[in-house]
Amino acid sequence: MKKTVDARGLACPQPVVLTLKALADAAEVTTIVDDQAAVENVTRLARSKGCSVAVAEKEDGIHLTLRREGAPAEPAVAEHVVVCSSSAAPAGPLVVFVPSDCFGRGPAELGERLMGAFFHSLLEVAPKPKTLIFMNSGVKLVVEGSRVLEDVRALAALGIEILVCGTCLGYFELTDKLGAGQISNMYDIATSLLEAGRIVEL
Amino acid sequence: METDLFESVTECGCAAKVPAQDLASLLRGVEVPADPAVLVGADTLDDAGVYQLSSEQCLVQTLDFFPPVARDPEDYGRIAAANSLSDVYAMGGRPLTALAIVCFPSKLVRQGILAAVTRGAVEKLREAGCVLLGGHSVVDPQPKFGLAVTGVIRPQEVLTNGAARPGDVLVLTKPLGTGVTIMAVRAGLASTEQERSVNRSMASLNAKAAELARRCGAVCATDVTGFGLLGHAMQLARASGVALEIGFDGVPLLDGAPGFAEQGLLSAAAYTNRDYVGDAVRFDDDVPLPARDLLFDPQTSGGLLICCPAERAAAFVGWAREEISTPFGVVGRVVEATGRALIVVRRRTRSPAEAGGDKP
Repeated sequence: MKKTVDARGLACPQPVVLTLKALADAAEVTTIVDDQAAVENVTRLARSKGCSVAVAEKEDGIHLTLRREGAPAEPAVAEHVVVCSSSAAPAGPLVVFVPSDCFGRGPAELGERLMGAFFHSLLEVAPKPKTLIFMNSGVKLVVEGSRVLEDVRALAALGIEILVCGTCLGYFELTDKLGAGQISNMYDIATSLLEAGRIVEL
Repeated sequence: METDLFESVTECGCAAKVPAQDLASLLRGVEVPADPAVLVGADTLDDAGVYQLSSEQCLVQTLDFFPPVARDPEDYGRIAAANSLSDVYAMGGRPLTALAIVCFPSKLVRQGILAAVTRGAVEKLREAGCVLLGGHSVVDPQPKFGLAVTGVIRPQEVLTNGAARPGDVLVLTKPLGTGVTIMAVRAGLASTEQERSVNRSMASLNAKAAELARRCGAVCATDVTGFGLLGHAMQLARASGVALEIGFDGVPLLDGAPGFAEQGLLSAAAYTNRDYVGDAVRFDDDVPLPARDLLFDPQTSGGLLICCPAERAAAFVGWAREEISTPFGVVGRVVEATGRALIVVRRRTRSPAEAGGDKP
């Protein structure tokens, strides 16, 4: 399904908000804007959602056509095409799922040490995941006092999304100790997992 | 009914500032008479003006006002006051008196919104030991609120933005990302906790940060507001005749800010700041786009950027950990100007050993 959003004359963040809403139930969205900040912002949104974006300057404004990767392209529309998601198959972002504070199965002490090494290495390697999801006892890794907290913060600073299960934090009574990332709910976590191109579970 | 002040505005907080480029050309056309008592004037783009009264005392004066940055009127008042007071702290001064500048729609005045804004502002003024003497109000369809603040300082204790020395360590005393987070709140994409934490950060006073600057013997500081970290850093580097190295890993950030930047929740002012800084900054290739964007993000009531003498940097960090309530970070250091980029941004701060081996 295709949708068109007329965001001309609207100040930021409205062009992004309206495009985001339209993307929720359309595979292709064309947003019409009339200032450069909106062009850059909507392009960033496209990139963050793994969409390609084609920019065409027309008489009535600047048309940005966002297409979910995998959706078939309409022939010969775009004057200037920027492909935003990584060209490597499969489509969809890389997600790292952390359901435990212990890396692998074995002695807890070893698992904890490996976990530290993993997050440290994650800072160095490419490709970087788009999202890290912490659930169950995994949430203990992102609270104050955790040995991997600094590395997770550094990953967040690189723009990696850190989702932390709110129910799990509540269960362990750690909600006020959260040291990195954002508290999330099962709806968002399920969406991230289902939209992922690849999931790495620790 | 809950009031949502965001419904009344198009531009928020310091993002509503006139672009620095436009201000510069405006000032070129106006001749400001020279006066030997003016220790800090409009020419160096510093935070506040400093006027010497005697060999022992100077006046520090500043004025700041802006459209709502929070939904809640009391939060808005607290933030506006903390922001106005910050310019006095950034000069090393002690605020004494304030006058309110008010532009408000009659309807919101009748609904008691202005009273709530003023209540929030007075709460912060009391915390700062500063009195509200009065103010002036004008009817305006778009609300704006702020303060003109007067403080005092000893001439030898003035912290300017023009006294950075190579070797100084750069410390930022509040997290970056107020611009994108306010946008995310307006877009309905920020969590309640993220909204609370940005409001808390903007409403916190820079009094303690200024006190620590003095304690560590700093002579150079500025507060980070509408021109973003890089805009203000560039003004500081230019005024001081030095260059700066910024390490992004040391920059304190509000929770969620990188994600908001990545999704394109940037204000037009962020792009204006990027143009303003232009070639003065060079990014290492591995600095990701959201990180770059956050360094241009216009801040409302941001922290102080303090040039701490290197030998006191460790002590400063220790004090800050105990005494500053907002996240802070060592964000870089001052180096000799080389004639190349005024500011270099790296993904990680380099250790002094690596930096010593710097090649041309």
